[in-house]
Amino acid sequence: MSDWPLWEVFIRSQHGLAHKHVGSLHAPDAEMAIKNARDVYTRRNEGVSIWVVRSSDITASSPGDKEPLFDPANSKVYRYPAFYEVPKEIKNI
Amino acid sequence: MDNVLFEYLLRSGDNCLILSQRLSEWCGHGPVLEEDIALTNVALDLLGQARFWLSYAGEVEDAGRDEDKLAFLRDTRDFRNVLLVEQPSGDYAHTTARQFYFDAWHYLALGELSHSSDGRIAAIAEKARKEAAYHLERSVDWIIRLGDGTEESHHRMQCAADALWMYTGELFEMDEIDRAAEERGIGPNLTALRAPWRVQVERTFAEATLQVPAGQWMQRGGKRGVHTEKLGYVLAEMQFLQRAYPGSQW
Repeated sequence: MSDWPLWEVFIRSQHGLAHKHVGSLHAPDAEMAIKNARDVYTRRNEGVSIWVVRSSDITASSPGDKEPLFDPANSKVYRYPAFYEVPKEIKNI
Repeated sequence: MDNVLFEYLLRSGDNCLILSQRLSEWCGHGPVLEEDIALTNVALDLLGQARFWLSYAGEVEDAGRDEDKLAFLRDTRDFRNVLLVEQPSGDYAHTTARQFYFDAWHYLALGELSHSSDGRIAAIAEKARKEAAYHLERSVDWIIRLGDGTEESHHRMQCAADALWMYTGELFEMDEIDRAAEERGIGPNLTALRAPWRVQVERTFAEATLQVPAGQWMQRGGKRGVHTEKLGYVLAEMQFLQRAYPGSQW
């Protein structure tokens, strides 16, 4: 069973709008991964929907690229929508 | 006391309690972590159901016995579970065959009980049926995976299916308690569940490339308190604490 592939599990909670990564598990195929995810990650009423995806199918950014990827976003205050007058009638933006 | 109702509740409760105890043997010993948790979840579902049935049984009896006293202070002869659920867990094929035979029956029986003339039975069954539906889905899945798996898993699954077959007849047996319960609309005609149960078994075994066992001779007695010697060992482990330290709590 050690050759079972690894799956990443995403759960949409009761009131959540988006699925959120909750952890990973081993399973022989997608169907069993959903069942295992149900048993491992939704025992306490955590979710209303489950996604699983093979860990090997996820492409991740490299930690070594952190500086070129993310540092340029520092001190660019004009990217925040903080400089607009919001009309009173508008409650949420 | 309403003896028919009391006996009927003990049968439902003891089936769940003893199977739960058997499944608990796997806790910490499952083949993989995910399956260990999944099977323990099933055990806990069944324990929860046993509590509902036995609490109600204690109220009906009205002799001061609550769910705990009924679970921990009765001897083998007073247990009313079918013989199937007390059979040893064996290898994973035996655990799976036992679970599949039971789940397929349990789901059908709970469906009928959810229309019981007794409102409390109907409510317990309605809640338990959702759990049983998932248990059945899981056990069907494992029967197919092991049956249609490797040469060894197929062989073991067939052996387990054959070995436990003789304990399935009792599930559909009607004795005087069952007939009285049926007349009062409390419970179903269990014999009528045999055909749909058989359809489920045939369909699942066909997909699993397993042979449906052909044996006709069936073991019986559990519902009357006549058990296999296996139940004594189950109770010895389950009841040890309350027997050694009566009334202790945690």
